[in-house]
Amino acid sequence: MRDKFHRMDFRFESPTSVRARLRDVDYLSDDAIAGVVFLADRLGKPILVEGPAGTGKTQLAKSVAEILGARLIRLQCYEGLDESKALYEWNYKKQLLRIQAERNNESTWEDIETDIFSDEFLLTRPLLEAIRSDDPVVLLIDEVDRVEIETEALLLEILSDYQVSIPELGTITAKQIPMVFLTSNNTRELSEALKRRCLFLHIDYPDMEREKEIVLTRVPEITDSLADQVTRIVRSIRQLELKKSPSVSETIDWARTLLMLGVDSITEADAIETLNILLKYQSDITRATKELSADTTQRRPGVPRTS
Amino acid sequence: MTATMSSDGSMLDLLTGFIVELRAAGLPVSLTENLDAMQAIIHIPIEDRNAFKYALAATLVKNNAHWRAFETVFEVYFSLRGPGYALGGSDEPLELDDDDTAANPEAAGAGTGGGGGEALTPEQMAEMLFKALQKGDEAMMKALARQAVTRYAGMEPGRPVGGTYYLYRTLRNLDLDNVLEQLMSQAREESPEPLTPLEERLEKDEFESRVDRLKQEIEAEIRRRLVADRGVEAMAKTLRKPLPEDVDFMHASREELMSLRKAIYPLTRKLAVRLARKRRHGRKGPLDFRNTVRHSLSYGGVPVDPKFRYPRPAKPEIFVVADISGSVAAFARFTLQLVYAISGQFSRVRSFVFIDGIDEVTKFFEGVEDISVAIHRVNTEADVVWVDGHSDYGHAFEVFWERYGREISPKTTVLILGDARNNYHSSQAWVVGEMRKKARHVYWLNPEPKAYWDTGDSIVGEYGVHCDGTYECRNLRQLEKFVEVLD
Ligand SMILES: Nc1ncnc2c1ncn2[C@@H]1O[C@H](COP(=O)(O)OP(=O)(O)OP(=O)(O)O)[C@@H](O)[C@H]1O
Ligand SMILES: [Mg+2]
Repeated sequence: MRDKFHRMDFRFESPTSVRARLRDVDYLSDDAIAGVVFLADRLGKPILVEGPAGTGKTQLAKSVAEILGARLIRLQCYEGLDESKALYEWNYKKQLLRIQAERNNESTWEDIETDIFSDEFLLTRPLLEAIRSDDPVVLLIDEVDRVEIETEALLLEILSDYQVSIPELGTITAKQIPMVFLTSNNTRELSEALKRRCLFLHIDYPDMEREKEIVLTRVPEITDSLADQVTRIVRSIRQLELKKSPSVSETIDWARTLLMLGVDSITEADAIETLNILLKYQSDITRATKELSADTTQRRPGVPRTS
Repeated sequence: MTATMSSDGSMLDLLTGFIVELRAAGLPVSLTENLDAMQAIIHIPIEDRNAFKYALAATLVKNNAHWRAFETVFEVYFSLRGPGYALGGSDEPLELDDDDTAANPEAAGAGTGGGGGEALTPEQMAEMLFKALQKGDEAMMKALARQAVTRYAGMEPGRPVGGTYYLYRTLRNLDLDNVLEQLMSQAREESPEPLTPLEERLEKDEFESRVDRLKQEIEAEIRRRLVADRGVEAMAKTLRKPLPEDVDFMHASREELMSLRKAIYPLTRKLAVRLARKRRHGRKGPLDFRNTVRHSLSYGGVPVDPKFRYPRPAKPEIFVVADISGSVAAFARFTLQLVYAISGQFSRVRSFVFIDGIDEVTKFFEGVEDISVAIHRVNTEADVVWVDGHSDYGHAFEVFWERYGREISPKTTVLILGDARNNYHSSQAWVVGEMRKKARHVYWLNPEPKAYWDTGDSIVGEYGVHCDGTYECRNLRQLEKFVEVLD
């Protein structure tokens, strides 16, 4: 693939440098994330990023665009998305006007036809835009699991050959291989064909150390000890059997809320009163409330002390 | 990377061998992915073991549920083959002789009076364990794991037992629950104020996560020694664990049941989305003439965009009739959970549970958000024992027919769940026949492997002849497949 473009200059030195540069733009990655981004550039392959909501999938594409100084082109997927919204569409209205205008002239139908199926009448949608761009771009195909499985076929040509075939214009090939991210919340199984074309990256909830770093970065006014407490409590809550665990963005929101309320050390009462920031289902809130205030010991504080 | 390994040929051979192992462990690896992996390792600084692992994973594993299986195979295949195959320097060399006790700088440095070249006494061991966990000191924990395995696992060369057996022996001797309790009391003592319940909880979480890390160390140590003893191929085989969707309902361990419970919620969400979509788009109905003409006006009267009527088939009403006796209880639980999670796809769901008596439990599920709460009530409150609490399908069905039979209508789909092991009671299979006359469909789901059907006291065949279908449902994969075609 890569040979076709005679491009030997790569974007990244090493996985370590990916990690460092992402950190510079406030994105805290880990070995897996940095490794896959690095590899995607080397192999010229798209990345399929999957994982629970709010764990930084979309943000990863944005942050990579930022460090590359590239323009982010985003295709937001939804049920019913089709070619005319994803790839391109002919501007019917403008074509009609042209046909009407030409009717009084001498032009033959052939002339008109070549004319109205030219660039001027083409409405470029995100996928085509990414392919045709001269300046560096990062293409983000967000929430790809929302389109019907048949619609996935639209993406295959672009993802493997970085080209688009338009019957009236021929095949348009990318001048440069853009970095491509597809995100999925895994609401349905994606097709094997799509998965085969991509590198796969699962982003789960971060471990405690990384989550604390994220909080410190995104909420710079917070103290180290509050950030520590926040992430410990979140870790504890994620261990419960819940309908929906708190996401990273909810951790951040919660940290902001506590800061705004002037909390500097979180008590049970503080936690319970603000649980609705972390949890979205009433049944989850009820369960977490019960757990957080529950006595975890048979031996209460105040048992005879040995020293 | 050693010299022999860095030449291209042997690297490719090594990768090929690895992929063979992955496939044997049940991971689907396509040819494209195989080729991608070969490309990938050209670009990866091979000394970096983590990067190497993630590069292989990104090209070879496209389903997160397969990650653990991948990791295990990776570890056995690359790190545990002995120094010649080890990647990078992050792992200490194997120490297969029983000399760890003496030759451990970390242990000696732990300041527990390890006695220089002598073996630690059990008391010293316990103290070292306590300190390692209290400080969360990785190096100490590693050293300790080695010590503990040497001392407690009782590993003997060539002995045909699995790693879990040794793990169990080691852990029992370490008595980690007790250590955890001690750590907690120490924490309480050291705190100037009494710990609040929240603080207690957080302390405990932290210690538990350290204990988990220690357990992982111990497991890895045992694996290392087993590989040294038996060789990689034999080890890889014993390590093959079923993926969550393939775990057998009837023989699941506690840990597997946990993984099932975790797997089921995302699965039901996916299933609900798929079913809803199918209902919306499933069939194209006849052409909607007026709608087509109306739309054609914007194209100068050319019907470029034909519109169809979408028939909306009436949603079925579901009756679940489930045997909840011991061996099939887990199956009933997961099936009920699945059906209720997608109950939006049905006009109504009613559920009945039985052993030798039968009881309707629909109300336990109504208005509860958390299905596990309802399941708990089913298991504790339902009135399902008639004589002795051994399955009696015949009696349960008779009573069902008497009490609820008339409520079955042409809109009802009946799902009967059980192994049909009837303890040699009479079958009363006529009830199922009568059900089928009134219902839209009657299906039987059996968690036993087909090969066992109609052996011993299983009489699923007698019931099956009256059903629209009998299905083997041993695991989530089969259950999901059945539910998806349900109508
Ligand atoms: N690794 C990270 N470093 C810094 N910030 C992060 C990181 N992960 C998540 N965040 C924060 O969390 C927010 C939510 O992340 P994002 O919107 O990318 O999640 P997502 O995975 O795309 O979720 P969804 O599946 O709901 O679309 C981001 O805006 C960012 O502030
Ligand atoms: Mg997103």
